[in-house]
This record gives sequence, C-alpha cells and structure tokens, in this order.
Amino acid sequence: MTEHTHGGGEGFAGLRLVPKTDTAYKMKDFKSDQEVRWCPGCGDYAVLAAFQSFLPQLGVPRENIVIVSGIGCSSRFPYYLSTYGVHSIHGRAPAVATGLATSRPDLSVWVVTGDGDGLSIGGNHLIHALRRNVNINVLLFNNRIYGLTKGQYSPTSEAGKITKSSPAGSLDHPFNPVSLALGAEATFVARSVDSDRKHLTSVLRAAAEHPGASFVEVYQNCPIFNDDAFEPLKDPSARDARLLRLEHGEPLRLGGDRGVVAGEYGALEVVDTASAGEERLVRHDAHREDPGYAFALSRLDRPAFEHVPIGVFRDVRRPVYDELVNEQVTDARAERGDGELSALLAGGDTWTVE
Amino acid sequence: MSKQIEQLDRVVIRFAGDSGDGMQLTGDRFTQETASFGNDLSTLPNFPAEIRAPAGTLPGVSSFQLHFADHDIMTPGDAPDVLVAMNPAALKANLGDLPRGATVIANTDEFTKRALAKVGFATDPLTDGTLEGFKVSAVPLTSMTVGALAHLDISKKDAERAKNMFALGLLSWMYNRPTEGTTAFLKSKFAAKPDILEANLAAFQAGWNFGETTEDFAVSYEVKPARLPAGTYRNITGNLATAYGLIAGSQRSGLPLFLGSYPITPASDILHELSRHKEFGVRTFQAEDEIAGVGAALGAAFGGSLGVTTTSGPGMVLKQETVGLAVMTELPLVIVDVQRAGPSTGMPTKTEQTDLLMALFGRNGESPVPVVAPSSPADCFAVALEAVRIAVTHRTPVIMLSDGYLANGSEPWRLPEVADLPVIDPGFATEPNGPDGAFLPYLRDEETLARPWAVPGTAGLEHRIGGIEKHAATGDISYTPANHDLMVRTRQAKVDAVARDIPPLEADDPDGGAGVLVLGWGGTYGSITAAVRRVRRTGRRVAQAHLRHLNPFPANLGEVLARYDRVVVPEINLGQLALLLRGRYLVDVIGYNKVRGLPFTAEELAGALQEVIDRD
Repeated sequence: MTEHTHGGGEGFAGLRLVPKTDTAYKMKDFKSDQEVRWCPGCGDYAVLAAFQSFLPQLGVPRENIVIVSGIGCSSRFPYYLSTYGVHSIHGRAPAVATGLATSRPDLSVWVVTGDGDGLSIGGNHLIHALRRNVNINVLLFNNRIYGLTKGQYSPTSEAGKITKSSPAGSLDHPFNPVSLALGAEATFVARSVDSDRKHLTSVLRAAAEHPGASFVEVYQNCPIFNDDAFEPLKDPSARDARLLRLEHGEPLRLGGDRGVVAGEYGALEVVDTASAGEERLVRHDAHREDPGYAFALSRLDRPAFEHVPIGVFRDVRRPVYDELVNEQVTDARAERGDGELSALLAGGDTWTVE
Repeated sequence: MSKQIEQLDRVVIRFAGDSGDGMQLTGDRFTQETASFGNDLSTLPNFPAEIRAPAGTLPGVSSFQLHFADHDIMTPGDAPDVLVAMNPAALKANLGDLPRGATVIANTDEFTKRALAKVGFATDPLTDGTLEGFKVSAVPLTSMTVGALAHLDISKKDAERAKNMFALGLLSWMYNRPTEGTTAFLKSKFAAKPDILEANLAAFQAGWNFGETTEDFAVSYEVKPARLPAGTYRNITGNLATAYGLIAGSQRSGLPLFLGSYPITPASDILHELSRHKEFGVRTFQAEDEIAGVGAALGAAFGGSLGVTTTSGPGMVLKQETVGLAVMTELPLVIVDVQRAGPSTGMPTKTEQTDLLMALFGRNGESPVPVVAPSSPADCFAVALEAVRIAVTHRTPVIMLSDGYLANGSEPWRLPEVADLPVIDPGFATEPNGPDGAFLPYLRDEETLARPWAVPGTAGLEHRIGGIEKHAATGDISYTPANHDLMVRTRQAKVDAVARDIPPLEADDPDGGAGVLVLGWGGTYGSITAAVRRVRRTGRRVAQAHLRHLNPFPANLGEVLARYDRVVVPEINLGQLALLLRGRYLVDVIGYNKVRGLPFTAEELAGALQEVIDRD
C-alpha cells in the first residue's frame, strides 16, 4: 500500500473531503485537560499514547476530528483527546458515527469500542456500519473480558473461562473479530497489539488512508481482570515465532523458519519453509476482492496464539456510503434545482376557495 | 338521458373489500375527486396488517370511509350512509356499523355459495331478508367489468382486477364527482403498462355509464362545495403533513434534515416521503434497527443537522435510551411517534393514544422531554414545525405524538404562506464563552437555559459530551452530589421554560357560563368537536379545550381547569392525561375511555358529555 510520511501533499485518501491544515501539531496538542483514569498498567494507556502521537500525521484541523465511543473502559477514550468527542451509550457508537459521518463528510470520524461494546450489545451496528462502508475508522480494543462491570466473560473470551459470571467455566464459543468483520463485508480489516507502538501506528495510518469503513482490532491487556491474556504474543523469546507480520506483496513468514502455504479447501497452513520450499510461500495480497483469502488468514491463530497474523488483512476499494448519500442529494439538486418549499406544499391537486 | 339530482348536505361512504381489491386506492381517488370539487371532507382508512390475508375472509377485509359535506365537518363520520361491499366478507364485517335505511351496493358476482359459507352466511343475505330496511343495489360488478373489457387483449384476471375502477366510476356518477383527476392519475400510474391503463380507464368509464343508463339508480346526488375560509387547499394525510412540516422546519432553520428511521407501521410513509425530497438537502438513512435510526439522527444533530427519527410504539420503546442520551447531551432531536394499538405488537394498523405516559416518563432517571401532539391530519404540519422549533431553540429532544388515525386519515388543508412560518434560529456557538478563551459547553442561556450548540469544524470550541453526568458549566464528568442535584433540576427547569413561548390554552364556550369543560389532546379533536356541536344543538352548554402541548402544559392550564365544575377528558387509553391532570392540578377529572383501535364516534361522546352535563 502507499506509504505517506505526513499528512501533507495529497493527504490521506480516506480524508479527501476533510480540509487540510498547515498547523504543525504535536502530540501534546491532542491531549485534553482531563486526568486519565484507567487502572495502572492498562493497555489503553499505550493505545492512547500511540493515537495521540499519530493524530498530527493526519494533517487535518483538530476541530475536524471527532471521536465517538460507546460504554466500557475503552469508551472513555474521547475525554482524553482535545478533539470533538461523543461518549455515547452502550454499543451504539457506530450508529451515532454513521449519522455524523454521513451528514458531515468533512470530518475524520473515529469510533473507539471494545469487545463487549462492539461485539456484544452493539454487534448489530458494527456489522451494518462495516457493510455500508461508512467513512469511519473503528478501533476495537479486545481484552477478552468485561472490565468496567468488573470481570465477566466477553464475546471474545475463550470457552471454559472462569469468571464471576461463569464460575463453572464459560459455555460461549468466542467470536474472532477479524473473521466477523470480514464476514460483514468490511473493506478494511487489520489487527495490531497495544504494546507495539510502531506497528499500531502503521496500522492506524493505513486505516486513515482507507476511504470507507476501516476496522482495527487491537489486542489490549486488562491487568486487573484478564492479565497476560496476550502474553504469548508479548514474551520476547516466543513473540517472533508466533507473530505473522503481514506486509502487502511479501511472503507470509513466521520466525523459526516457518511460513504459510496454501492448504486444502482454501485453508492456509503453517509449514517448515525448508522442507516446503520458499517458492510455495503465499505472498500477502491485501487487495484481493474475494475475502476468502483474508478469512483463511484470520483462522490461522488456532490453536490459540500459535501463529497470529497482525497488520492489514484486507484493504479494498468500494464506493463510500456517505459519498453516495451526498451524491444523491447533489444529483437531485442538479436535476430538479434547490427545493422550493411553497412549490412542495402546493404540489398535488389543489383548489381555491374565493 | 338526464336523471333527477337530489341535494344532500353530507354523505358518508365506506368502500369495503378484500385487501387485494384495491379499496384504499379507490377511496383515495374518490377523496381526491371530492377534494378538488371543494367539499370539506375527512377520511378513515381501516385495513388489516396482513398484506394479503386469505381472500374472502373477515380478517382480510380492508375499508376506506369518507365523509364529505357542503359545510365544515370534523370527523370521518360515525356510520356510513353508503356501503360498497365487494364480497360477502366485506358486508359481514361492516353490516353492524350501518344504520337502518343506509344504501348497500353489493358485488353480486362474489356472493357465491362458497364465499358465503366462508364467512358463515348460511343463505344469501342479499335475498334472505337480512338486509330488510336497507336500500340494496345488487350489481354484478365483476362480470360487468369483464364484459366492458371484452374488446381488450388482456387476461380475465387483469380484467377482474379493474372492478374497483368500475365501482369508482359508478360512485363518481352517483355523487357527481369530477373525473379528470382520476383519469390523469391512472395515466401516470400505468404509463408503463398501456394494456392495464386502457383496462382501468375503460372500467372507470363503464362504471360511470352504468350509473347513467341503468334503471337501478334513478337518482344521483349532489353535495355542494363547502364554504371554507378563502385560500388555496389540498387534501393531505397526517403522515404527509408531518413530512412537510419537518421539511419546513429544516428550511426555516437552515439546518439540513437528517432522518434516521426503521420501517414500521403506521409511520413508514414519513420515511418514504422524505426520501423523495433530496433536492431540499434531506438525507434519509434506513437504519438496521430502531436504535440505530435514532442514534444516527443524534450523531447528525451533533454535527449540526436537524436530526429526526420516526417510529411507532414498539420502536419508540427501543429508542428511549438514546432519547435519554439526547436529554443528557442537550442536543436538538425530533422523535415522531405515530401511536398504534399496543402493548407489544398490538394492532399495528389501528389507532390509539396510549404512548403519552411513555413519552413523558419512559426513560431512566429524571429525563424531561417536551411533548407535542397534532389534533388533525393537516395539523401535523404545524405541530412537526413546532417540534422542530422547540428542539432547536431549547436544545432538547422533542417527542411528537401522532397516531394511526391522523397518519392515514386526510382532510383539506389550507396552504400556509411560507413567509408566515416561524423563522428558527439555530444560533450555533462560534466563539469561546469562558475565561481565557475556554469553551464551556454547558454554560446556559439565562432565559431559555439552553446550552450552546457548537458543531465540529468550529475551531477553539472542541469539547466532549456524553451520557455521564456533567459539571454544570464545563461539561466535564462530575459525580459531585450537589452538582447532580443542580443538573437534574436544571434540565427540568429548561423544559419547563418552554411554556414561556407557547400560547395560553383557550376554552371555547360560545354560550358562556358552561359548567362542564371537555378537554382533549391529539387525534381526538375532530370527534370531540363534533360531539360538542351535537350537545350544543340540544341547548346544553359545554366548553371545549384541546391540548397541543403535553409537556410542558400551557402555563394557564390549571387556571382554566379551575373555572369549571366538572372536567371531562376523553382519551383512547385508560386515562393517561387524566392521571397527569389529577397529579398536577388536583382536579378530579372525569375520564371517558375506549380503546378499540378506532376513533371515538361523535354520538357516543355526545352521549357521555350530556350525561355529565345533566348530573346534579
């Protein structure tokens, strides 16, 4: 995909209707005066810092950025940014953001949600925002637990998890958020990790670049109710063997001389590169129209965390919802002229009483 | 051949048939003809929720009632003078409503043994004496239609389908209606299907000719145009008037209209209508559910649009959490609830006034919301505009309580002059309002208590709002006990302050000295007014008042109530306004309540009023 170093020049394709600015913002320009109140050690701090330091790269006026959230720990996000923000109600952020982005294409709209907010109570809004391809960026912080309500299992918790509400083990089969987004016809789907600021920033940049809805799952640690849920991906000794870093056009390679080849029935398989042969490795193509390949990639993390792709799974172009809506308005005005209220009211059959 | 023409001052006609027989279309066309002729009129469509219930059954009966007159009328009429029954089910379902002496025009082709048996007629009611005392015109509508179309190259089925136009032609002759409008309508509707167009035109003409020539109908009738106030008129349904009122609100405020909505009976027509008017900058969003509809509308409001959502009872329930968010964020938002019979799914196509208490109190916390209600189909225009005015100038969600009767019913509407409509100033915040260039999103206007509306894209006013309790000025999250108490009281005071710019309630008491006041709200205005006229014709005195603003009430309501010995409150619920009046004003109001899914009849209300007036 195209690399932009800064928001200058042509700017981000996903922000082409948003005004540009020459203001050289710094990270501090995006910090609000509110005290950040997450638990010590929460992964949200790292994501917030990465996001605040990334925002100057957008190259758009601060007042044209809006953060919309629902309810949950992650949804406190808007209060800590000096942009416009709406802390809405549980699960409804994609709906609120859809109305905002559709009526205001000159805004850069970000939805911050979590695995409970976005996949449980708000699952319906999420999938519909993705299929419509509204120009919003959805950041889903996945800590695989309910934090704000103090530790019940979430729709991404592993089956059998012992929590306050599942003392005998959770019976729920979890969602894979990336698979779900792909199934919902999302045009941009990516994953990153809270602790890898460089990678997270590169994914945020790609999401902003994408016109239409982008969906980014961020693995985020909850030190209080689900500590070390992603430890296999963070332990420096094991990390490289487990993380599959997706780079468009590059072969799918894991540490330990392993790579990914095409398997049966459209699945992907991890093999020893030496025995399989370098030439059999699949080259990552994020732009494939058919989501089948990206879906197969999203299933590679089984068994849990053995090999986990991070980066951009899918990035394809499709007409953007808010642009289409506004095009219909423009077309109607071009065809019929600006609406005349008195003509509208007097339309149909009228008669006059003297 | 010219026949005798008899003058009438008013007529009530009911067209009834299978839901696939096109009765709504027939009624609608007859209404348009009547409107363009200049009669005053009022309509009552009544149809099943099923799109095509099994043919010939009672649940499948669809009807359309029209009352037209040479004078000002208030209701679609208590009882039909003429029933057009397209099949035995239509006769059976409507016979009970017919007064003795009424005319029944029955389509004899459908009165077969099988069709009669399907609705439990052992013998043919047209001939077995059941209709003794009625004027029965037995007309083989179907076979005459098919005969009239024999020269056309169309299927028998298509020919039979045109029988509603034959009936319309016959009735148009009977009541001397102009026909140009229907001809033009058919030409436009079937422009792409010339065969079907020809069939419908021919059937319509054949029905007219049949009336003209047959011996069965010796007399036709004329109802002279009504002497309505001077002006230009059109016939309009409540849903259409609501859509126009919202567009007018958008135009008069300069705010682009954003409608987030999920289809639901009987509100969907507002979505349909608004989606056709993009040249007004209207954006319509058919959401994935009711919650997303109102959520998107609120998001658009945050962005500076006129956010609107439309729904009916069951959808209203789902929206309430977001309405609460709008209360907390103090953003303008218009919620149109076209009430229908409940609870739960209830009777989707039938009317009711049962959402009043939900509109006022159906949210968690102390969550005050202004509520307004239109009194007639045409009044939906003014009330939708009023909802926009309150929402925008007072920075609050506003609930408009229409109902299924108003939504689908119609009446003549005198077109307003656009220049006379109120101008609504959104007064967006453009400058910081606090010390040192700070922006305080909850610093209020001293008079209205409305907070500043600062939209994204305005530099220097960046702020965060949400559903958590806020500090009274900064809008920052606050859990301080005293601040919460202050904010709860302030939100209430802000809604109470709406009463300052609503007109005082006026009681109509032409004879003076009435001891009984009848007080209504919403869609019962027509029935109550017709009942009041009847009562006054008997020499009794009664005062009448009708509430458009249900929250806050007009400031003088308590004083008006105190003027009368007795107050009667008719409602199509079990006494919701009555509960509010008793609680607020300690007045022992007398309820009159029926919840049948239908409007009150003037007769029953008049009887109830007389009973109260005659008490000693």
